[in-house]
Amino acid sequence: MLKLENISWNTPNGVEVLKGLDLEVPDSKLVVITGPNGGGKTTLAKIIAGIYKQDSGRILLDDIDITEKNITERAKLGISFAFQQPVRFKGITVKKLVELASGNKMNDGDLCDILSKVGLCAREYINREVDSTLSGGEIKRIEIATVLARKTKVTVFDEPEAGIDLWSFSSLINVFKEMRKDLKGTMIIISHQERILSIADEIVIVADGKIKSKGPAETMMKELLNEKGISNVCSKQEVLL
Amino acid sequence: MEKQTEALLREISEWNGEFKGAYNIRENGQCAGRVSSKNIKITNKEGKPGLEIRIAPGTIGETVSIPACVTHGGVDDLVYNDFYVGENADVTIIAGCGIHTETGEPARHNGIHRFILGKNSKVKYLEKHIGTGHGTGLRSIDPVTEAELGENSVLEMDTAQIGGVDRTERQTKAIVGEGAKLLIRERILTEKDQTAKTEFEVELNGKNSGVDLISRSVAKDNSRQGYHSVIIGNAPCTGHSECDAIISENGKVDAAPELHAHDNDAALIHEAAIGKIAGEQILKLCTLGMTEQEAESTIIDGFLS
Repeated sequence: MLKLENISWNTPNGVEVLKGLDLEVPDSKLVVITGPNGGGKTTLAKIIAGIYKQDSGRILLDDIDITEKNITERAKLGISFAFQQPVRFKGITVKKLVELASGNKMNDGDLCDILSKVGLCAREYINREVDSTLSGGEIKRIEIATVLARKTKVTVFDEPEAGIDLWSFSSLINVFKEMRKDLKGTMIIISHQERILSIADEIVIVADGKIKSKGPAETMMKELLNEKGISNVCSKQEVLL
Repeated sequence: MEKQTEALLREISEWNGEFKGAYNIRENGQCAGRVSSKNIKITNKEGKPGLEIRIAPGTIGETVSIPACVTHGGVDDLVYNDFYVGENADVTIIAGCGIHTETGEPARHNGIHRFILGKNSKVKYLEKHIGTGHGTGLRSIDPVTEAELGENSVLEMDTAQIGGVDRTERQTKAIVGEGAKLLIRERILTEKDQTAKTEFEVELNGKNSGVDLISRSVAKDNSRQGYHSVIIGNAPCTGHSECDAIISENGKVDAAPELHAHDNDAALIHEAAIGKIAGEQILKLCTLGMTEQEAESTIIDGFLS
């Protein structure tokens, strides 16, 4: 179980973003964290991965205190993070990046298993460089493939819908649906999208730096749909903190 | 052949006790072995140190290797190698140079290569430069390449200098004929107090000629690199150059690309990017379980691969 206790974080110029947030994420569940722009969702995701360091509070992973662990140590303990805006690398191929993620050399069959889960044909992609020749949709899928290859206890996806066109998003939803069927470990997805919310086990609403409410997806969906326009928020308007 | 030459050959060429195809091994300015094939004749150049390599028209799939090794300090080797590639030939040329010194004396190799490509010929040119040994003597490699590309010929140059060479001045000049294509991929890594200077001058003289010049460099520690490219479009042609450099610690890179369109249908593009490794790249690899140092080294290895 991933447990966050009384987490606070301020921007370098002193704006309070997370204000004593508490959250428990149970094992083997798909948890979607949603809420209004600027509420602290991406900050929360980055604090879990160790990319941002909390100003106060504690983080426990399976009762191990990881509060002071850095990104590398958390990754080794079993936390993966899929970036909202995946990074590109000149000269590093898709094959190499997936191998770096898995920690092992992979044959074509292994690569095909991973890449087919994100809807890519290994033959067409393994020798391509992870550079600007890949489209927004392609780079998102490769980013997801890198976290899948790690097979960790906890995987955090920061707004997978951001920065891709509607057609790519539509097929990306299918990728998450397939991953949902074969869920190993805990998935935490930061998202505004109703179609991602609809495949969650649990939904957590973060607003104004705290957990506003949380519960089983069915109950929470009703609550959300009653609130004006949350599922219609344009992801491109998201304010990164 | 010296043991040290064998060690260098393994690094700079595909030598594993023997060469595939025709070859000439240059060791401290002398010939340490030569074999010609039916289609590829290697002879001494008249009047100057070096070789004439004549590749018969229609030679397909053959390889010729011409490595040069300097195994100790106090050597200043100068060599002129001319390649005449017959029409419709399709061959691989493996060059490369290794410099080793264990003393305070400098060691230098200056290879001047001239390529004359016949109509419809295709050449893949592979060149790897390294410096080894613990001596304080400067290891210098100063290659000069001149190429004339005949009608519809293709010259693909893949050159790499990954460490150990203290001083380099590279000059590459090419005249590209009708329908011919020149593809250059250069990688240079400098560290400590090393310097590397690379100059390109490509004249696109033939209709539908083209050049694609990609240079990637990494300047670490106190090293310095200079890049200068000149592409001149004298005909309807396409030219693309790309200079990407990563700097770390006190590394410095000077880049000066020039494009000259002297024909209304010349389409020339240059792209350049110099900077340190992007923080996001390090972060991404750390989220995969690497330390910052491992991430940096992985990014540089990939960039120069």
